[in-house]
Amino acid sequence: MESKNKILELKNVSKIYGNLKALNKINLSVNAGDWLSIMGPSGSGKTTMINIIGCMDTPSEGKVILDGIDISKEDAGNLTRIRRDKIGLIFQQFHLISYLTAVENIMVAQYYHSMPDEKEAMEALEKVGLKDRARHLPAQLSGGEQQRVCIARALINSPEILLGDEPTGNLDEENEGIVVDIFRRLHEEGVTIIIVTHDPEVGDVAQRKIILEHGRVIQDIDQSATFGQPLKIHADK
Amino acid sequence: MFFRMILRTLIRQKSKMFMIAFTVILGVSLSTAMINVMLGVGDKVNRELKVYGANITVKHKDAALMGELYGLGINDKFLYEEDALKLKTIFWGFNILDFAPVLEGSAVLNIPGKNINSRVQIMGTWIDKHIILQTGEELNTGLKNLRTWWEINGNWFDDNNKNSVMIGKLLASKNNIHVGDALTLSQNGVKKNLIVKAIFNDGGDADEKILIDLETAQELLNLPGKISSIEVSALTTPDNDLARKAAQDPRSLSPDEYETWYCTAYVSAICHQIQEVVRDGVARAVRQVAESEGTILNKTTLLMVLITILSSIGSALAISNLITASVIERSQELGLLKALGAYNWQIALLVLCEVMLTGFIGGVIGYFIGIGFAQIIGQTVFGSYIEIAQMVILIIAIILFFVTLLGSIPAIRYLTALKPTEVLHGK
Repeated sequence: MESKNKILELKNVSKIYGNLKALNKINLSVNAGDWLSIMGPSGSGKTTMINIIGCMDTPSEGKVILDGIDISKEDAGNLTRIRRDKIGLIFQQFHLISYLTAVENIMVAQYYHSMPDEKEAMEALEKVGLKDRARHLPAQLSGGEQQRVCIARALINSPEILLGDEPTGNLDEENEGIVVDIFRRLHEEGVTIIIVTHDPEVGDVAQRKIILEHGRVIQDIDQSATFGQPLKIHADK
Repeated sequence: MFFRMILRTLIRQKSKMFMIAFTVILGVSLSTAMINVMLGVGDKVNRELKVYGANITVKHKDAALMGELYGLGINDKFLYEEDALKLKTIFWGFNILDFAPVLEGSAVLNIPGKNINSRVQIMGTWIDKHIILQTGEELNTGLKNLRTWWEINGNWFDDNNKNSVMIGKLLASKNNIHVGDALTLSQNGVKKNLIVKAIFNDGGDADEKILIDLETAQELLNLPGKISSIEVSALTTPDNDLARKAAQDPRSLSPDEYETWYCTAYVSAICHQIQEVVRDGVARAVRQVAESEGTILNKTTLLMVLITILSSIGSALAISNLITASVIERSQELGLLKALGAYNWQIALLVLCEVMLTGFIGGVIGYFIGIGFAQIIGQTVFGSYIEIAQMVILIIAIILFFVTLLGSIPAIRYLTALKPTEVLHGK
């Protein structure tokens, strides 16, 4: 029964660059609807891991099973297709296209997935509370607003997994809280969320947290007991 | 969405796109000018070379044969003056620019008061004859247009002035003849009192001859309606293997080859057609002139092709640098598109469309500037406008497409190798 819900499974995954093992025999499984945070110091392999899960890189050894497909041996074209269909990406630097408006940035993801639909894109913006900012260019939006557009873009094609690389890394406390609230709401809707973060507060609000060091998982913490509590910084206030 | 992205990119990168368009404008304008001049230069160069005289002579077949075999100047076989008019009726009649029937013979020269009584060579011809053809077409033709290099002391006489003559420089100096002098030519009991209208310097045999009106010559020589030869100046296409084969014997050609040859303005084809209308006539190309035309034309064409190729290569290199710089600058954006699920070909298509659209705009502007250049070249070099060939648009479009495509290859290779992880995480 449990295996049915598995959306992601890493089996003895290693990534080796010359003499360096960025990932060293990682084993991990994530169930559909889970909220997982990945933490660790710089150079621990967090970004390498998220690149492999996000179909932007392949492991040197081991298997990565994403929604039942072994993506570890797929070629670049197939990885692009799988990424497009199953992964929603959120970046620390937002990476919005500067000459397109907020709604157009979302429509770009629709365009490369299937067909642009402005109405649907507007609904995605409404979900992140930015409907009234739809016609603004990225430069006219705050950092928090840009990240919410980035989240709306990641969600527009209904991905299996929402993958965030330091999604709050460039945000102030207030915007960090807004983004975490959005993640919480998405989790309630059943979206699988995997987030790499340096921020312990953001890492702590996830359902489960793993800590990487030197390419190995040194801790795998179930946070179900404290799950659902607000961010500490907000709670302290 | 696709076109929205292209348009926004063009607007956002307007300075880079302007540089690409400017490069295209330079390349296309040069290519347009060169190709237009190249296509029009055949006629222009031919016309320029026509100042060096006739490139075809027509003689009686017996006279021509004996001349070729034994070097004999047979002068008792004649053509008909009326046949000269038929030259404009051949298939390539429009390519016959000028022609002049010539009757050569000798007469006794007398100059009153100078005690001169000698036999001289005379050459009767049309000087600048106004002709109305059966088709109603009117034209002026004659030796005046075929001897444009002559140095003239005095003036050409016209065909209405039957009592005028022109004398070659050598003959004039030998007999101390001056412009305005009166002289007498007599032959076969016919005597003509004439006035020297001009002294000409040909630099050849003609300097010892007297040039008179054709009708006067026919009366003197008692050969009404007869001529020795016809000098023809025709616009021709440089010979190729087919033309050389046909020149040997047109009957050796296959029907298709014959049609191609007959319908191309090769000097041999024009000669063949002249022979069809001039009774007993044999038309021969004046090889030196015809070959000079071909050589100059081929070299001019080659030069222009080389300039076009070099300008295209230059444009491709410049476009290549500009596009590659633009793509490197947009690495993050293009990497993001890959991360969002765009295939390499989709991104390559996006970049290519941007460049092609810019190239198209530059190409249209460059084409019109090129037409201007062509006209400047035409006016400066040939003193006339270059006719604009429609097919140049197609040629330029094809060149532009391939130049832009080739120029885009390094950029496309770069973006194909681009890894989203390297640009999105700043690694």
